[in-house]
Amino acid sequence: MRYLPHSAAERAEMLAVIGAKSAEELFGAVPRHALLTRPVDLPAHSPEFLVEARMRAMAARNRAGADGPFFVGAGAYRHHVPATVDHLIQRSEWLTAYTPYQPEVSQGTLQMLFEFQTQVAHLTGMDVANASMYDGSTATAEAVLMARRLTRKDRIILSGGLHPHYRDVVHTYLDNSPNLVSLPASPEGQGDILDRIDDDTAAIVIQTPDFFGHLRDVKRAADAIHAKGGLLIVVVTEVVSLGLLEAPGALGADIVVCEGQSIGNALNFGGPYVGLMATRKEFIRQMPGRLCGETVDADGNRGFVLTLSTREQHIRREKATSNICTNSGLCALAFSIHMSLLGEAGLTRLARLNHSRAAALAKALRAVPGVELLNKTFFNEMTIRLPIPAAPVIEILAEADVLAGVPVSRLIPDDPAVDNLIVLAATELTTDADIDMLATCLNAAIGGAA
Amino acid sequence: MSMNTQGRPTGTGTASAAATGSSLLPNEPLLFEIGDTEHSGVDLPDVAVSGDFLGGFERKSPLSLAGLTEPEAMRHYVRLSRLNYSIDSGMYPLGSCTMKHNPRLNEKMARLPGFADIHPLQPVSTVKGALELMSELAHWLMTLTNTAAVCLTPKAGAHGEMAGMMAIRAAHQATRQNHRNVVLVPESAHGTNPATAAFLGYTVKAIPARTDGTVDVEAVKAALGSDIAAIMLTNPNTCGLFEPDIIDIAKAVHDAGAYFYCDGANFNAIMGVVRPGDLGIDAMHINLHKTFSTPHGGGGPGAGPVVLSEALAPFAPVPFVRDGELVEHPEGTHLGRVTAFNGQMGMYVRALTYMLSHGGDGLAQAAKDAVLNANYVKARLGDVFSVPFAEAGFCMHEALFDDSFLEGSGVTTLDFAKALIDEGYHPMTMYFPLVVHGAMLIEPTESESRQTLDHFCETMLDLAADAKAGNAERFTAAPTRAPRRRLDETRAARQPKLKWEAPQPLPQAAE
Repeated sequence: MRYLPHSAAERAEMLAVIGAKSAEELFGAVPRHALLTRPVDLPAHSPEFLVEARMRAMAARNRAGADGPFFVGAGAYRHHVPATVDHLIQRSEWLTAYTPYQPEVSQGTLQMLFEFQTQVAHLTGMDVANASMYDGSTATAEAVLMARRLTRKDRIILSGGLHPHYRDVVHTYLDNSPNLVSLPASPEGQGDILDRIDDDTAAIVIQTPDFFGHLRDVKRAADAIHAKGGLLIVVVTEVVSLGLLEAPGALGADIVVCEGQSIGNALNFGGPYVGLMATRKEFIRQMPGRLCGETVDADGNRGFVLTLSTREQHIRREKATSNICTNSGLCALAFSIHMSLLGEAGLTRLARLNHSRAAALAKALRAVPGVELLNKTFFNEMTIRLPIPAAPVIEILAEADVLAGVPVSRLIPDDPAVDNLIVLAATELTTDADIDMLATCLNAAIGGAA
Repeated sequence: MSMNTQGRPTGTGTASAAATGSSLLPNEPLLFEIGDTEHSGVDLPDVAVSGDFLGGFERKSPLSLAGLTEPEAMRHYVRLSRLNYSIDSGMYPLGSCTMKHNPRLNEKMARLPGFADIHPLQPVSTVKGALELMSELAHWLMTLTNTAAVCLTPKAGAHGEMAGMMAIRAAHQATRQNHRNVVLVPESAHGTNPATAAFLGYTVKAIPARTDGTVDVEAVKAALGSDIAAIMLTNPNTCGLFEPDIIDIAKAVHDAGAYFYCDGANFNAIMGVVRPGDLGIDAMHINLHKTFSTPHGGGGPGAGPVVLSEALAPFAPVPFVRDGELVEHPEGTHLGRVTAFNGQMGMYVRALTYMLSHGGDGLAQAAKDAVLNANYVKARLGDVFSVPFAEAGFCMHEALFDDSFLEGSGVTTLDFAKALIDEGYHPMTMYFPLVVHGAMLIEPTESESRQTLDHFCETMLDLAADAKAGNAERFTAAPTRAPRRRLDETRAARQPKLKWEAPQPLPQAAE
C-alpha cells in the first residue's frame, strides 16, 4: 500500500518494542464480538492508474461548464480563476498546514487571514470581518443567531428575495421557530419587508442582488429596521457585484454575509465554498468564527495570532457563540489571492464586464417572442417568465447542450406562480455566441411547445 | 489613487525589515504595503456601463483593495507560505487532528472539469457522474460503520455534529419526547460537543471520567432519565482509549429512551477494524479531512458527513441521493437543509479517491498502523514521560502524557511544546483533554515511518532530559528558531487589530 511506510518486518520489530504479540492485541479493549474477523465488504486496494480511470469515468458522466453555453447562477457563479491561484494554493505549506493554533510556525496562514479580513472589510464596507465561515448559507444562519444575541429579541424576518436554500438553512438552524417569518418569494422584486418590522424584530435579512437578480434598497431597509431597534443583515451571493454596487456597510448594514465562491473558487457542484462575514466593531464579541489579529512577538516583531477566542467552542464549550471550528481556510486563501491579483482596478473592471455581459443577455432575451424579463434592475443575473412551464424547457435546452439557467420551481416546488420562471446569470465568460445560441434554442423550445 | 500614503516601505517601521531582506528571511510585508489600487494581475477590458439597470446603487465608497501584478503576487504568497509548518515538511503529532499524508492523486481528481466545473443547480440529467460519486462515497461510509443512512452535506465535523443532533431532536419531537432537553457529555469531550448541544438549545450535563480515563458506565446510568435526549461520546475517546463498556453504555442509553451520538473524530483508529454501528451508535460524523486525507488547508475546508442508524435515518437532512436520484426537498420526516447545494463535493472526490486507493484492506491496515505508531511512541517515551491511565494498557491511535514528569523543572507543557518547534517539529496537542493535568496528546498517524518516529522519540527524550537537568531556559525562551518567537496574545485580545489600517498621512510639505 503506497501510503503506508512500514514493511512487515518493521511492524514486527515495533510490536516487539511495544511488548505486544500481534497488532490484534493492541485492540484488546474492543469487545471481542465487535472486532471484525474478516475484512469489510469493500474492494481491495488499487493502483493509482486504476483509481484514476474509475474517477475519470465518473467525471465523464458530468457535463462541465466549459463544454458549452452556460447560464446557471442562483448563488454559485462560473468565473475565470487565474492559473496562479490554483498553483499557489497547492503549495504544500498552504495545502497541508493545520489550523494556525501555533502562531510561531503559522505566520503564513495568519498573515494571509489578516489580509483576507481586511479585503472582506473593505469590500463590504464594514469595520471588521472574520476569517471565514463554511459558505454563504450557513453564514446567514449564524448572522441571524448573532443578531438575536445582540438585540436580545427573537423575531427574524427573511425577505422574499432571499435565496430559497438560504431560507431553508435558516429554518433548519432555527428549528422552524415561530418567531421566524419568511416572506413569500418575490420574483418581481415586490413584497415590502419593511411593513412587517415591529418592536420585537431582532433583524431583517435582505439579499442584494436578490435571488431573482433585483437590486434592493439597502439604505431604506437599514433606516426602517434601525428605527425599531433591530439590525439589518445583508446577504450577497454574487460577491463580484460589490465591485460595481455600493458597499452594504456604507448604506447602514449591521452584518454583511456573502458567498465568496465567485472569487478564486470553482463551482465544485456546491462546495467547498467560502462564507464571508463582516460587522461593526462594537459587535465583534458576538461574532462567530475565528478572528486573526496583529500583535508582536517576544522580540517586538510584528506577528499575527488567532484572537478573541473566548467566543469559541474550544475555550468556552457550551457558552461559545457557535460550534464552528474548521472553516474554509484554503478557499479563503484562494479568494484572497484572486482578490490581490484583481485589486481595486481589476475588480472594478470585472464587475463592469459582468454587468455588460448581463445587459447583452437581457437584450437578447427580451427579443425572444413570449419571453418576459422581470427585472428593471440587475447586476449579472435576471429572471424571465416563459409562456409555458420552465423546467421542461431547461431539459430540452440541456439536450442541445445549452445550460439555460435554473427553473425557479426546482427550488420552490410548491408555488405555481413560479412555474414559468427561469433565473439566468451571465459572467465575463459568457460570449455573444453563447447568448445567440441560447436565444435561438429558447425561441425554438417555446415555439415548439406552444 | 495610491494605497500607501507613504509609498512602498523602504526604511522605517515594523514592515521595513521585511521589504529589504533576503527572500529566505522570515518576513514579508502586508499585501497592502506592497500593492496599490492601480496595479492588477488580471487583464480585463475596461468596458463602459450605463446606469440603466443599476437603480442608482452604483458604488461611491472606495474599495481600497490592493492589487499585485502576477509576479508580485507569486512572490508574496510563496514567501508567506514559507512561514508555515506543513505535513509535507514534517511530522505533525497533533492529537485528535489526524494529520496524515494528503495524496496528490486526490487533488488531481478533484480538479477534473467533470467534478470541479459543474454547477450544483445545473440539470440533474447532466450530473449523473456526480450522483454516482455521492452514492459510492455513501456506500463506503455506511459499510465501514454498518449504519443505515448518511447525510453527506455537513461542511465540517462540528456541522456534522449539529446535523446528527438535529436528527436526534427531530426523532424525539416525532415521538412527542420534547421534554428531553438534556445532553450528557463526558468531561473529556471535544469542545464542539457541548457547544453543539447548547447551540441546539440543550442543557449540557457533564459525566465524570473514571480514574482509568474511560467513561463510567454507572455514572451514565445514574444520569439517565426521562429528561435525557442523548449522550455525546467520543470513541476511541480523547484520552486515546477505546471505551471498553461502550456496548453497555449504548444499551443503557437506548433503554432510557435516549440516543447515542458518537463523535467520530477518532475513527482513524478503527476504520475497517470495528464498525461503530455494531457498538450501538445512532449517529456519528466522520471528518473527511482527518480520516480520509482531504487536506486541512490551514483550517479548512473540511467535510463532516454524519452516518445515521435505522432509527434516525428517516430524519436525515436533505439533499441526498436515493436510487440514483437527487432528493432536494424534505419528504415525510426528513429535515431540511443544513447548507445550500450539495455539500463539499470537492472533499467527496478526494475522500473517495483515497478510499479506492486504500481499499477495504488498506484502510484496516492504515488503522492498525496508526495504532501501532501511537503505541510505539508510548512505549519509547513511557519510561521518562508520565503516562496517565497506565493501567488501561495499550492505547489506540494517540498516546497521552501528563506533565508530572516536568514537576519541579520550571518547564510547563506549553514550554515543552514550544521547544519542540526549535527541534523542527510541530507541537503536539496541549492541555487537551481537560481531564489530564498539562496534557500532551500525540497522534503520529499511520503516515510516519519508523525512522521518523525514532527521531521524534529521541528528540522528545533529549528534551525531557534537558528539562530535568534544569536547563529551563531552552524551554521558556523557545522558540528561537521559528519565523517568530512567542507572540503576545494578551495584547492581541486587549487591543484588537483585526485589519490593516492606512498609516497616518505624512504632513504635506509646504510648496
